Amino acid sequence: MSLQFIADGLLIGAMVGLGAIGVTLTYSILGFANFVHGEFIAWGAYACLVIAGLIGLAVGADIAPLGPFSIGWTILVAAVIAMAFTGGLALALDWLLFARLRKHGNAIVLVMASFGASMALRSLLEFLFTSEPAYFSRDIQIAIPLGLGIRVTPDQMLMLGLTAVLVTAMHLLITRTAIGRAMRAVSENPALARVAGIDVAGVIRKTWLIGGALACAAGIVAGITVQIRPFMGFDLLLPMFAAAILGGIGSVPGAVVGGLIVGLAESCAVQFVGAEYRAAVAFLLLIAVLLVKPAGLFGRGDA
Amino acid sequence: MLDVVAYGAFFLTTALSYALICLGLNLQWGQTGLFNVGVAGFVAIGAYASAMLTTPAGGNHFGGYGLPIAVGWIGAIIASGLAAAVIGAITLRLRADYLAITTFGIAIVIQLVALNAQAITGGPFGIGFIPRPFASLAEYALGFDLANLAVVALVTLAVFLALERLVRSPWGRVLRAIREDETAALSLGKNANRFRLQAFVLGSAIMGLAGAVQGHFIGFIAPENYLSAITFQTWAMLIIGGSGNNRGAVLGALVVWGLWSASGAAMTTIFPPEQQARAAALQIVAIGVVMSLILLLRPRGILGEEMTVSRHLDGET
Repeated sequence: MSLQFIADGLLIGAMVGLGAIGVTLTYSILGFANFVHGEFIAWGAYACLVIAGLIGLAVGADIAPLGPFSIGWTILVAAVIAMAFTGGLALALDWLLFARLRKHGNAIVLVMASFGASMALRSLLEFLFTSEPAYFSRDIQIAIPLGLGIRVTPDQMLMLGLTAVLVTAMHLLITRTAIGRAMRAVSENPALARVAGIDVAGVIRKTWLIGGALACAAGIVAGITVQIRPFMGFDLLLPMFAAAILGGIGSVPGAVVGGLIVGLAESCAVQFVGAEYRAAVAFLLLIAVLLVKPAGLFGRGDA
Repeated sequence: MLDVVAYGAFFLTTALSYALICLGLNLQWGQTGLFNVGVAGFVAIGAYASAMLTTPAGGNHFGGYGLPIAVGWIGAIIASGLAAAVIGAITLRLRADYLAITTFGIAIVIQLVALNAQAITGGPFGIGFIPRPFASLAEYALGFDLANLAVVALVTLAVFLALERLVRSPWGRVLRAIREDETAALSLGKNANRFRLQAFVLGSAIMGLAGAVQGHFIGFIAPENYLSAITFQTWAMLIIGGSGNNRGAVLGALVVWGLWSASGAAMTTIFPPEQQARAAALQIVAIGVVMSLILLLRPRGILGEEMTVSRHLDGET
């Protein structure tokens, strides 16, 4: 038996985990399950595609791929700009919609608004780019055998490496910096945090920025290793929620571990059951967590 | 003239079948405050259950028992209610938005099963030959349309009246009490989780009935009828009509379905045929924007919630 599914699972898990960090942070700090997060992923991927295209036009010359990878430097530059753009999109949406609704205090209305906004944003992408898939590069990559029947393309290794760097940076940000401490304080008790002199509005802004930027990164990883479609974020939404709840709401390492578990479980299902029921795996995991340990693996137990 | 009447009958039949879904959602959200993102899933369960029970034998799907339509509808109510009971039992005791996430998930799983379990659901081809009420009238198109409209209108009216009576009963007031202040309701000895589960199951059962009614009206069902767009439309109908108000639920369904049909007709004349699929996405964007605006500017919708619901006080104030 080939162990290829482990490599595939890690890659899916990396995407899910990157997205789930944003879900878990907005959930714990703003107090609601944000259905728009999937759209940040898709918008981020399309933004990177468009920006890379514009840079390519401005430079004029044909962009040669970097080393063994299928992507050129334009995509790396575009990725940074797209992450800022997606963070800005999240901030704009908060200012337009969520901040106004937050004043009324009912968290479930925020969930509903996010559900409506996600439908609208996804359909807007469909209108702008049609539902045909798009690609960063159409080059075919040769997978490198790593032994034990596992083959990985250079792109996939690069994406796994970049994900590891981002996740480590996030973990350090949350555990070692003043911003991270402020974020944890607001998620524990917003009123007390405010009394202690923490700028709650600022923490909320940073949460949206970080969540949006990481969602964009997840979208770019998905775009480079699979493809870009308007529904790419919608399809990742259930796995991300499952990962965030499995890891425990509010826990960044939990979201990443949860993402890897969801990813590995999905690729196991593809290997042993068949690809058509892959999307049901996240749901079954979610139900199992809610039945056995609703607080999640690293949760605080207040679920 | 006859064309207008025929189209009117067709339009009203479809709109009222949405009104039925919307009434189920109003019981869950409007009265009890439960956020169900899996409306499409519960509608699909009802439609498939009724189709399997009533279609003639020999179809390439599970069932085909050729039972009367009424049996199919009862089956639809039971099937959707049971699915809701399982989901509700697991999630209603947890945080409110876990219900949103799990119902979102169940709709995806039902979509997968409908699409892939070909031996049971007919797969992407769906189920055809679903018996239609008054099939013997099919030669007189207008009579057939009007008879169907009468059936759907009667079912909707019956559900509407039953719900009106329920929300005015002590049971209905407990639901509102739990929604407004769970601690207070608990301190009065009300088992909040049990009431919530009852409301969730009953609301989903109504959605299942609506799915069956729709399926028998069209005579054919397929997985793509039950995508998340239908959930979204139903929510828009309820929010725009006025949640917490059964009349608002019906009104919202008529208004939103009217706008949807009109904008759809406008799209077909404005955009060339090859751009139609793209243009259809704009309709969803528009509904999403309207829904967000209503939430921001007029959260009570057109009619707003009925503040006093007691049959003892009706007509006195």
